Amino acid sequence: MSFQLVFLWSDKLIFLLLAAAGVAAWYVRRHEHLLLPWRRVARSSVAMVSLLVLSLFLAVGLLDTLHFRMALPQTSGGEKVYSPEVLSVFDKLVDPLRTHTEKTYSEPFALTLYAKESMPDAQGNVVRDYPRLQYGGAHLTDVSQRDADVLKRALVGGGLGLLVGLLSFYLSHRTLHCASGCDRAVSSATLILTTLIGAVVSLATVYHVLGTDKVGQDVLYLSLKSIRTGLIIGTVTTLVTLPLALFLGVAAGYFRGWVDDVIQYIYTVLSSIPSVLLIAAMVLMMQMFIDQHADWFDLEAKRADARLVCLCLILGITSWTSLCRLLRGETLKLREMEYIQAAQSFGVSSLRILTRHIMPNVMHIVLIALVMDFSALVLAEAVLSYIGVGVDPSMISFGTMINAARLEMGREPMVWWALAAAFGFMLVLVLAANLFADAVRDAFDPRLNRTENAT
Amino acid sequence: MSLFKVDKLVTRLRNGATIVDGISFDIAAGETFALLGESGCGKSMTALSLMRLLPDGVVNTGGAVQMDGAALFDLPEHDMREVRGGTMAMIFQEPGLSLNPVMTVGAQIAEVLALHHGIKGAAANARCIELLTQVGIPDAARRVDEYPFQLSGGMKQRVMIAMALAGSPKLLIADEPTTALDVTIQAQVLQLLRETQDTTGMAMLLITHDLGVVAENAHRVGVMYAGQIVEQSTREQLFAKPLHPYTQKLFAALPDARRSGQPLSAILGSVPPLGSITQGCRFAPRCDKAWALCREQTPEWTVVDGRGVRCHLYQSAEERVLSAESPRASDRTLGTQHSVFSTTHSALLQVSDLQVHFPIRKGILQRVIGNVKAVDGVSLSIPQGRTLALVGESGCGKTTLGKALLRLLPATAGSVQFAGKELIGTDAARSTMQMVFQDPYASLNPKMRVAEILEEGMSALGIGDDSAARQTHIDGLLDKVGLARESKWRYPHEFSGGQRQRIAIARALAVSPQLLICDEPTSALDVSVQAQILNLLKELQQELGLSYLFITHNLAVVEYLAHEVCVMYLGRVVERGTTEEVMRSPKHPYTQALLSAVPRIDGAGREYVKLEGDLPSPANPPAGCHFAPRCAHAMTVCSHYPDASRISTTHQVHCHLYNK
Repeated sequence: MSFQLVFLWSDKLIFLLLAAAGVAAWYVRRHEHLLLPWRRVARSSVAMVSLLVLSLFLAVGLLDTLHFRMALPQTSGGEKVYSPEVLSVFDKLVDPLRTHTEKTYSEPFALTLYAKESMPDAQGNVVRDYPRLQYGGAHLTDVSQRDADVLKRALVGGGLGLLVGLLSFYLSHRTLHCASGCDRAVSSATLILTTLIGAVVSLATVYHVLGTDKVGQDVLYLSLKSIRTGLIIGTVTTLVTLPLALFLGVAAGYFRGWVDDVIQYIYTVLSSIPSVLLIAAMVLMMQMFIDQHADWFDLEAKRADARLVCLCLILGITSWTSLCRLLRGETLKLREMEYIQAAQSFGVSSLRILTRHIMPNVMHIVLIALVMDFSALVLAEAVLSYIGVGVDPSMISFGTMINAARLEMGREPMVWWALAAAFGFMLVLVLAANLFADAVRDAFDPRLNRTENAT
Repeated sequence: MSLFKVDKLVTRLRNGATIVDGISFDIAAGETFALLGESGCGKSMTALSLMRLLPDGVVNTGGAVQMDGAALFDLPEHDMREVRGGTMAMIFQEPGLSLNPVMTVGAQIAEVLALHHGIKGAAANARCIELLTQVGIPDAARRVDEYPFQLSGGMKQRVMIAMALAGSPKLLIADEPTTALDVTIQAQVLQLLRETQDTTGMAMLLITHDLGVVAENAHRVGVMYAGQIVEQSTREQLFAKPLHPYTQKLFAALPDARRSGQPLSAILGSVPPLGSITQGCRFAPRCDKAWALCREQTPEWTVVDGRGVRCHLYQSAEERVLSAESPRASDRTLGTQHSVFSTTHSALLQVSDLQVHFPIRKGILQRVIGNVKAVDGVSLSIPQGRTLALVGESGCGKTTLGKALLRLLPATAGSVQFAGKELIGTDAARSTMQMVFQDPYASLNPKMRVAEILEEGMSALGIGDDSAARQTHIDGLLDKVGLARESKWRYPHEFSGGQRQRIAIARALAVSPQLLICDEPTSALDVSVQAQILNLLKELQQELGLSYLFITHNLAVVEYLAHEVCVMYLGRVVERGTTEEVMRSPKHPYTQALLSAVPRIDGAGREYVKLEGDLPSPANPPAGCHFAPRCAHAMTVCSHYPDASRISTTHQVHCHLYNK
């Protein structure tokens, strides 16, 4: 079985980010005083629990980033032909989830569809009833056994997960000498998570744990696939916003005068245009461009991905203003501090003052603003998908999920699970990111760590 | 019969550290009781405990407070609200922060009147005007409708006092009421407080760190240290003969002219952090008379000759004799040693007719419609190894002058020559002049370690060949300013105020300057720490032959440290001369007023020259002699700016009184 690796634009960006993070980590490891605040992060149980949750999301996102195409069985003139469908390692791992597609909506753990259908019964009469699902609980012959079966599988899977968790603890304690794994909160969080994952894995093979959507796709699968889109929107957009906001905001605050005037005019003008209109206009232009150059994209996935990356750029270009304004204000305050004047009296260059004195002292604002933005961006994607200028309709994201679920909210009985799943996953992701950023900010604030250093 | 009585007051942090530890005192009607102490010793927390206004996380855990027979700690919160502002009022340190900026002065006073006396409407307005007049605000009928930003600092503090008086309190708690004010304004406010007390007969609890203020206003004094009152006596007794070693040290640490040859007797270290000492006397680690007992056993409150003291020295009669004469054990012989540098009197820094103007712009086209003449034609010169003090009230342009010399601000006109080289318009010779800033908490980047802070100047100016050479240099600097070498890997917040100022001095010295501009380097520090820093500066001058331009408003420091003095008023130098000449026989009326406004601990008998009003705005200074509108000797000729008159070869004054 052969395959061909596919690198989408967003994949390359993510690998670039990973490489940068790796280099930064390597640099920090070699400098004890830079490592110190991270040790404080490691000691905070809130930080470590949220990091654990975050890393699960990251793992899913990263596995979903390794793309490839399978070779098709037939060949054309000795040359291998690859499937037009681009899959990721994650897709392969959860193959049953991806392929077990029902006809239409079904409730979580349901054995039947959510809508009645006309079908022939044993006697050949046409009756209207809820048909059994093709995959969900198909192994059960007796419908009444479902609850017992769910419980049994959950217990078995959970137990296995717990066992794996305990085993990994045992191994890590032997090798790591209980460095950070000793924290009770972290240990119990790990065990709860492994148990939960075990139970879900064991159930998901035969049930639709979170139900199915309109075209019968498993909602759990959709939610997990949405994580990558959310992470990309959050991080790549940040990558665009951050340099703009940081550089322009700090420069405006520090240099004052005409530099300040120009930067202020730019962001005042930019933020006075209704952002949804601006984004919609830019997205439509971008879409036109992509449609006109269809030959640039040999694969459907590449086209969808190009649209995602462009969306990130557009969101980035329109959303740096608020952070820029915040940083300008803070810099105006900082530039009057006496340590800046001391540096000026040494003739230290402006660039160096900006990077050595001002930027480290505005980082706490940057960190908090970025995490807040992260959640706002994931939500913005949902809003934009709602008005039809978000990600490509073929791309699975929280926005498309919510948008699809929205139409069914008015239906009686209500289809609630798609929305609830998207809500739950986003909540956990954003909450974990917020808590982690909070802990990191505290660890980096020298004033809060006075007592610890004194001892 | 005392009006107000505090008995064994204890206030703690919720986590257990004791902030105020068993304080007892009483105040009679018409009496001023001063709580004297350095920052962090629990003075303000005592005041807040008495008002039951403690911040979150701080709780009262014991003691009783009697006000006019009523136990304040037993009152329900509703009744306590009547007491606050009604029978007890409080004024705070920072008048700029104590008034609501969006309410008129009158409305804020009327609030108190409505609450405590039920006076409203026209009657309240009339009473407001009456109160403002009482606290000496001119044109009160107009001021009553003004907002706080329209008033100067001194005016705001007067309004605060008027607000406090509005409830006709029996006890006024004044928490550092003059610390944020200039000396001339401080003198006005202190006098106002005395007069108000005379007319209303209220009791006053005065909280201060300034021995001079105590000498002016207090009847009885409690000296606080680390949450305890260590000594309590009448003002006369305290100033005649302080008993507790801490009080003795505080007096000894005060700089003044008589000590200018010798180092000040600084108290080692700084006030211990809250709750860090649980056993023994809290002053023992810094006390040079401490013996084993002091570290083991907490001294009891002892009454000697009708005054109380908390010290083992006084617990048995024999030892009292021993302590009465306090030889200064920490005196070093540094003062007698002569500087290795011959003090040549050729000017190292020569400033002539320097002007720094800030344009005022207005309108869409930002046209310049005027100038704030922050520095308006100042000339001065500093010889090598000498100290020139630049004295004046806030807003007179002394800091602007310092910054212009360092070219942190562009000079509008004039010349600055350093060792014969013109500096204005060039970026050369940055290493020859450096600055030590006022606030050691703002002058060090919190995100940089000490070594990085010290290295920055060297790398910017290309001093030192490589990193290793610089590190050796940094070690040397830390030795020089009296800090441990290991401390270079720590962050600034791990140091106390005094230590931070040492780091700031080391940073300036890192590039081997010949002239240090010290901008109020001790005004943010406690008296005992101030003495350490002044000693250090003096040592460095003798060792390295440094020249100092010492910018300050603290005249005692000037007498102690400076060789020459320039007095600035509204951007101009009004008088200059040697320290002896200016301090002993001031000629300019402004200098005379400034000197007389300084509270002296030897107090009585000085003639107080009252200065009316506030410093005019430098955007719109009075024509001619800037001081004329506030001057008692103003003449018609004062509408022209006076030329310099020579009193002696070194003493010059800009005043028509001395024009021949």
